[in-house]
Amino acid sequence: MAESALDTFPRLLLHHAKVRGDRPATREKDLGIWQTWTWSEVAVEVRSLACGLAELGFKRGDNLAIIGDNRPRLYWAMTAAQCLGGVPVPLYQDAVAQEMTFVLENAEIRFAIVEDQEQVDKLLEIKSQCPQLQHILYDDPRGLRHYTQTEIQSLDEVMEMGRIHDRNQPDFLDGEIAKGRPEDVAVMLYTSGTTGQPKGVCQTHAAFITAAKTGCEFDKLGPDDEILSYLPMAWVGDHLFSYAQAIYAGFTINCPESGDTVITDLREIGPTYYFAPPRVFENLLTQVMIRMEDAGAIKRWMFHYFMEVARRCGAEILDGKSEVTATDRLLYSFGNLFVYGPLRNVLGMSRIRVAYTAGAAIGPDLFRFYRSIGINLKQLYGATETCAAVCLQPDGQIKFDTVGPPAPGVEVRIADNGEVLVRGQVMLKEYYKRPDATAESIDAEGYFHTGDAGFFDPDGHLKIIDRAKDVGKLANGAMFAPNYIENKLKFFSYIKEAVAFGHGRDMVCAFINIDLGAVGNWAERRNIGYSGYTDLAQRQEVYSLIGECVEKCNAELALDAVLSNSQVHRFLILHKELDPDDDELTRTRKVRRGFVAEKYKVLIDALYSGKHSQFIETQVKFEDGRSGMINADLRITDAKVFDIAAGKKAA
Amino acid sequence: MSSSRKIGEPILVVDDISLSFGGVRALQNVSFDVCEHEIRAIIGPNGAGKSSMLNVINGVYHPQIGTVTFKGETRHHVDPHHAASQGIARTFQNIALFRGMTVLDNIMTGRNLKMRTNFLQQALWVGPARREEMEHRLKVEEVIDFLEIQHIRKTPVGRLPYGLQKRVELGRALAAEPELFLLDEPMAGMNTEEKQDMCRFILDVNDQFGTTIVLIEHDMGVVMDLSDRVVVLDYGRKIADGKPDEVRGDQAVIDAYLGVAH
Repeated sequence: MAESALDTFPRLLLHHAKVRGDRPATREKDLGIWQTWTWSEVAVEVRSLACGLAELGFKRGDNLAIIGDNRPRLYWAMTAAQCLGGVPVPLYQDAVAQEMTFVLENAEIRFAIVEDQEQVDKLLEIKSQCPQLQHILYDDPRGLRHYTQTEIQSLDEVMEMGRIHDRNQPDFLDGEIAKGRPEDVAVMLYTSGTTGQPKGVCQTHAAFITAAKTGCEFDKLGPDDEILSYLPMAWVGDHLFSYAQAIYAGFTINCPESGDTVITDLREIGPTYYFAPPRVFENLLTQVMIRMEDAGAIKRWMFHYFMEVARRCGAEILDGKSEVTATDRLLYSFGNLFVYGPLRNVLGMSRIRVAYTAGAAIGPDLFRFYRSIGINLKQLYGATETCAAVCLQPDGQIKFDTVGPPAPGVEVRIADNGEVLVRGQVMLKEYYKRPDATAESIDAEGYFHTGDAGFFDPDGHLKIIDRAKDVGKLANGAMFAPNYIENKLKFFSYIKEAVAFGHGRDMVCAFINIDLGAVGNWAERRNIGYSGYTDLAQRQEVYSLIGECVEKCNAELALDAVLSNSQVHRFLILHKELDPDDDELTRTRKVRRGFVAEKYKVLIDALYSGKHSQFIETQVKFEDGRSGMINADLRITDAKVFDIAAGKKAA
Repeated sequence: MSSSRKIGEPILVVDDISLSFGGVRALQNVSFDVCEHEIRAIIGPNGAGKSSMLNVINGVYHPQIGTVTFKGETRHHVDPHHAASQGIARTFQNIALFRGMTVLDNIMTGRNLKMRTNFLQQALWVGPARREEMEHRLKVEEVIDFLEIQHIRKTPVGRLPYGLQKRVELGRALAAEPELFLLDEPMAGMNTEEKQDMCRFILDVNDQFGTTIVLIEHDMGVVMDLSDRVVVLDYGRKIADGKPDEVRGDQAVIDAYLGVAH
């Protein structure tokens, strides 16, 4: 066989099967035990899967829908599709049936590989609206014994067909793999669509391999690394880390047993490379804080004392900076022994060399916390359209409020209106069947318009302010960046989500979602009974608690001349959590501002007209797609606001 | 609800059972049968004798009069140990799990009767004991997977919320691979979502493993949806027996629930 360039994912897979065939490639925890597949075993499975698909009539250029939690076979299905010159299209597994209809139709899906009965049921539900869907192949047979529909088949069966096909035509698959070109589309990822319909982003092998290569070289990732694959496969971040980088560098991906067991599985695997959206880090921090309140007095004292030490010098020590005093270093090493080490262990992060977060702007305080206890958490910035890798923070140059300099090979420019423009190998080829959107996003010079507003700081690090569309101006002309305020609020463990309003208004007001775990815990300690989320959210005591958080946030905002205008003057606590199922958040949990403003207009009006309470009734969607109504009388409170730059309490 | 199971011949026949505790007549001349692979509900107002009936089938109570025939073997008095080894498993209304043990260990105890190695072999952890432990662990993991309780595998049962404890108890009974399942108010104290989950598991057990199920339940919706046939008890007597729709319209049943002077 002629030596071919390692420029497509199938060829990379075959390379690893040859060069490190016995090393673990994929693991999955099943029935309580970690099952391992080596690179050569994975290559065999992918072959069977690919030939099986070919046997069923999957052709070059076809799109393959992939829906489910992170399962080895679903990852292998991506490679199998690519072997045949097809394009895998992963969907969000928690999308309801109707949401999937758009993508299935838009991508003209004929073949779908799904995890289990839940996904099969959803597809069957919408099958009439997607008549071209002919093959629904499932991995987990549980509950599917009595399904008689002809479209449904088990992957076991398909792979058996594939093995026979491969035996009869041994050169077929190799021939197909050889036909693959790096400029072929490798994957199609639909953007979450905070506004309008989702768009299918087509990324080529070349783009993702470039992104993978850049990241791996940047952080020196190699075949010995381990990563936990638990984020939605439809998210560009997971595709970069668990698929592109894994196949490029040859490291091992580990699939947890179920969504509920991720934390335990994280501890068992002890990954060396970790990626999580800011929300996960927020949750982990919240959990830690809650558990600390349960601890005995000595432990609590130790925790607070050493966390203070860490706050003073931890991040600097991690960065290798020399301004740390000897005393502080000594204290930090004690802290490491007694607090930070055990804490990292409990979080499952003992072996982490590099941890990244991305996806939404992260609060600087949260970021600093993790670095200060010795976890090399860094930010990266990117978009689905850029294979997620526009800016990467180099070790030793971590700043808390920037996303770092542009990654090697990527050019970043700021447009006159403040929008971040990107150019490089990692850019999308096009939006699927949307030449209009493609033309709109990529300008004449080849720069992609990210839709984010930002600027470069004096060190050449990019600072992202907000989505360009969301950055507004208050009535007095001062800049209003809702995301920044919301992140500050969300750092408090009691606040799970916040939505700030103020564009064109004379003051900023906010909706708050409390975190049921943290606030529930707090309430129980004070013997405050409550009958559920809505009840707890309306308690006077909880309003005072949240009011204190808002006040602290305001105090910090008051220190900056521009931001001080954005202090939150009034707020209310929503009676229900904002939810992607209700279209209030995207599947990656970004707030859909326009939609939320529409839906809760009566509350916004109440906030700005000085009312102290407002009745609201909203529709909610249950997880199975049915709808219901939920209502409450929401209390509206004023928050303490501070004098601009003086830091003194306003009258 | 998919129902392609074949309901077979009676696997359990309860004949003319009368049970008294001193002067209190818990059951009077109750007779009914349960066919293989079916889901049979026993319903009735509180104090009707439903739990007592299960206890008689199980061998916990011994009736003064009457016999219980299971899989062709008729006995006047059944020993609980014997009933269990014959393939009858049960859950309890108020949960009888070992609160200090983990979920995994609790479900392993359900395999107790299937363990063949003796005390010495297990204490010394020799070959046969090790192999057996692995076999049983595999079965238990399958049960855990079936009931979706992987995330609480190592949690002590006492710390779990009520709904999950009930699921663990179901798991323990399942681990014994029974042919007849006696469920005593499996939905007690649950909200709608939890009831739906429990119903699904019960249906799955019946569908996937073909287990015959006798179920005591108060929630009429559940009874009507799940069961193939229903027995109604009131004051220790059987007042109706038949398909859910027939029983629902029966005047005696309506009287019993609404309360008519006796």
